[in-house]
Amino acid sequence: MELVNIFIKAAFIENLALAYFLGMCSYLAVSKTVKTAFGLGLAVIFVLGITMPINWMINEYLLGESGIFHLDLTFLRLILFIAVIASMVQLVEMVIEKFSPALYNSLGIFLPLITVNCAILGGSLFMVAGEYSFGESVAFGLGGGFGWFLAIIAIAAIREKIRYSDVPPALRGLGMAFILTGLMGMAFMGLMGIDPAAF
Amino acid sequence: MAESTTVVAKKASSPIKFGAKEKKLLTDPLNDNNPITVQVLGICSALAVTTGMKNAFVMAIAVVFVCVGSNVITSVMRNIIPKQVRMIVQLVIIATLVTIVELVLKAVSFESYKALSVFIGLIITNCIIMGRLEAFASANKPYESMLDGLGNGVGYGIILLIVAFFREFLGKGTLFDYKIIGATPEYLINTTDSFLFGWYVNNNLMVLFPSAMFVIGIVIWVHRAWNPKLVDVS
Repeated sequence: MELVNIFIKAAFIENLALAYFLGMCSYLAVSKTVKTAFGLGLAVIFVLGITMPINWMINEYLLGESGIFHLDLTFLRLILFIAVIASMVQLVEMVIEKFSPALYNSLGIFLPLITVNCAILGGSLFMVAGEYSFGESVAFGLGGGFGWFLAIIAIAAIREKIRYSDVPPALRGLGMAFILTGLMGMAFMGLMGIDPAAF
Repeated sequence: MAESTTVVAKKASSPIKFGAKEKKLLTDPLNDNNPITVQVLGICSALAVTTGMKNAFVMAIAVVFVCVGSNVITSVMRNIIPKQVRMIVQLVIIATLVTIVELVLKAVSFESYKALSVFIGLIITNCIIMGRLEAFASANKPYESMLDGLGNGVGYGIILLIVAFFREFLGKGTLFDYKIIGATPEYLINTTDSFLFGWYVNNNLMVLFPSAMFVIGIVIWVHRAWNPKLVDVS
């Protein structure tokens, strides 16, 4: 039950895309059609779900004072996390290139850029900050990925529909996507509870 | 063999030239191929650091340095990096340069280091740098890559400063932390201090994330209205 809670919290209340605005570059650039957005969303779920437990193990067994070196190696955290993420993304890239060349071509440069998708690194850093256990980190990773997946599907669907609306020409496409994301973000602020300290 | 000697001879005759092609490399990212408004790279950090002009300014300089440096290094090494591990190599190059920036900032200005240390780390995951490495530096010569890095860094910095200007001005009534508009704080109400537009109440929404999306959206609108060939026709 605890794990379900964490999954739902990660997917909706702490939505990586719409509450923290992480991973915005690929979110905005790949959301032109639902089909490519679907592919990228699945890749992000996969990468988040795999890297989160690996990074949890690195953080727990290598870096802390209770780890195998008995040293405080937390200054290596950023580099090790990034290295894990980069190798996982490289793996995903090879798999997609082999099994679905069409998806590979439509994702273009944004597939390698999952490496620097801040949602992935941000998720791992939130996991460290939240002091989750192993099972909880898996739930948090999958939930975070699922929330990002839902967000990119939602914006892609809106963008497909809004193509038929009478938007000023200069605002069409990217400009409108920014404003829509801002509006969706304001809606998600309602789920988080508006921080009274900000007002 | 003959081919390589002609290439060397050609290089020797014109070591560093700055013709129309080089100028285009440098100015293209400022307008027609701007990293934020056209290529959609580096949005995350543009959202995070644009709450104030000061942070945006330091961030812009740091990104220009890392972008130029990593572009040149990757371009020099482009023929010896195996394709299978290129991302890890690129990230190590970026992380090294970011660490240099962090240490230099710590030595030069400890105050802004304390304010910005998290954001400087974020340069590692700034997709504009890795995006340029993937798209340009891994297939072009060092000199061209340097110009490309410089152009993209500056193009990114300009948008960052424009967005930060509106967010800080309307959200806090300040610029570079100097009070410009808005009411005098309550504890100063009886002093002779007075600012322009004393009736203005700070709009706190401008400090929150969604407003950054709105401001960038409007910047894109203005940019495309002014440069109609960028308009999305699909």
